[in-house]
Amino acid sequence: MSLSVEEVRRIARLARLELSPEEERLFQGQLSAILDYVEQMKELDVSGVEPMTHALAGEAPPLREDLARPGLAPDEALANAPAREGTCFKVPRIIE
Amino acid sequence: MSGSAGSLLHLSLLELSEALAARHVSSHEVTEAALSRIAETDGRLGAFLKVTAERARAQAAAADERAARGRRLGPLDGVPLALKDLFLTRGIETTAGSRILEGFIPPYDATVVERLDAAGAVLLGKLNMDEFAMGSSTENSAFKPCRNPWDLSRTPGGSSGGSAAAVAARQAFGAFGTDTGGSIREPAAFCGVVGLKPTYGRVSRYGVVAFASSLDQVGPLARTVGDAAALLQITAGRDDRDMTSSPRPVEDYGAALEAGAAGLTVGVAREWLAAGVDPGVAQRVEEALATYARLGARIVDVALPHTRYGIAAYYLIAPAEASSNLARYDGVRFGLRAGAEGGLRAMYGETRRRGFGLEPKRRIMLGTYALSAGYYDAYYLRAQKVRTLLRRDFDRAFERCDVIAGPVSPTVAFRLGERVDDPLQMYLADVFTVTCNLAALPGLSLPCGLHPTEKLPVGLQLIGRPFDEATLFRAARALERELGPLPAPPEISA
Repeated sequence: MSLSVEEVRRIARLARLELSPEEERLFQGQLSAILDYVEQMKELDVSGVEPMTHALAGEAPPLREDLARPGLAPDEALANAPAREGTCFKVPRIIE
Repeated sequence: MSGSAGSLLHLSLLELSEALAARHVSSHEVTEAALSRIAETDGRLGAFLKVTAERARAQAAAADERAARGRRLGPLDGVPLALKDLFLTRGIETTAGSRILEGFIPPYDATVVERLDAAGAVLLGKLNMDEFAMGSSTENSAFKPCRNPWDLSRTPGGSSGGSAAAVAARQAFGAFGTDTGGSIREPAAFCGVVGLKPTYGRVSRYGVVAFASSLDQVGPLARTVGDAAALLQITAGRDDRDMTSSPRPVEDYGAALEAGAAGLTVGVAREWLAAGVDPGVAQRVEEALATYARLGARIVDVALPHTRYGIAAYYLIAPAEASSNLARYDGVRFGLRAGAEGGLRAMYGETRRRGFGLEPKRRIMLGTYALSAGYYDAYYLRAQKVRTLLRRDFDRAFERCDVIAGPVSPTVAFRLGERVDDPLQMYLADVFTVTCNLAALPGLSLPCGLHPTEKLPVGLQLIGRPFDEATLFRAARALERELGPLPAPPEISA
């Protein structure tokens, strides 16, 4: 299966990745080869097979009590923010 | 490495622990010896991204004080360890091997870090790795390559390559890594150390940078089976902050360690020793099986017919989950921000363009494609069904045996640069390790000798029933006792 450059660009847009023209060409070839390889899954008859959606097979995940517990203080949570204002993360203007 | 300080570093973790308990040696002495060793060798080895010398010295001093008062906290008290740079360490930069997290100072510790701290362990530093744990050679580290202490022209494996290299090179007495598709077991095999990927859910992943959440698991790397058991003992168990951690009680891993191989049934999947496996690797694995038979284990053939679909399922599921997990690196809350002057959309694109290396980009692309409208059923959903088939293979096999033995990797450590241009070839080498993650089973890599001609370590993989790490340790210890330790790797000159 062969991906077109347009498809590569569409996926990059969905993933919010800016790719260089070299990366587009590289990934076009590499992703096509990988997708060719995974085609072999189609040999298997999976009708009636349940997907493994939960890796802790057979175990119900325990739930904790819904109680308030201390978390990070605002200053700690914001300490790595590239930009902040007060107790908020600051981002470029979204609505003109 | 010379003199008495150097020879200290050849002790196993548990031997050191006894020496610390008997106060024949202080944590100060052994920590200084480890720091000197790192200073002397790491310029060439590249195992550490950051050495936390001050913190290590303070922790060692505190451990010595406890020892003097007869209040050691247990077997890890005062023992110098190191961590893959994927574990969040409060106040210490944590990068996941990526430029996008350069300078990120976590405001909290991973649960594993908390537990090691509470056990008195000394943290030497943060270890090199493939970016976001994506890779099998540590060549995808954004900062520097890591080398194999057995042959500096070869990779240590990956993604926990720094962890395996540091332990093999006697820089640390043990380390923690993570394993999503073989990232503990493959580097352990390449560097000749013991590495365990526990059952999914056995160790908390709270505070561990996420790669593929249905596959990721934390585990120890050490020089002996007993050391690995001691490291798992401290870190295993339910954590309310990780929903996927299991509430099952943690067994006493030391109890059955010396029980021997007699009475065990070892399953062998013949298709795992067929074409594609280096003959020297296959030879060492066959010899290990013969040793098990001689020690009184019963060897039976088992069938794992879906193994050959494992790579295909893995390289859809892991990138799909990664594309979702890595969406958080957007320049808003932490890590790199670039291109903000062009608006929000430009900021996302530019931050991720500059911050991510080629491998995360490749996997984000693959995963985004597999999850995109119209493709979900054909790729992700189908891969999850293949996962069920793989697990059924193992469930059936474990009706007939206690552990399954085979190679960790089809080859010994490969050379730096050898596979970087062909990602599919790099991926295919994970064929024997990804199955464990897909089936959520525990897998252990044990050195089983040196390759007959290449003189590099070969790893035997032992796979167990869910949550039966105790039997893996028992089986591994039986072989380790018989084979004796590997020689130390050649000296690394400064």
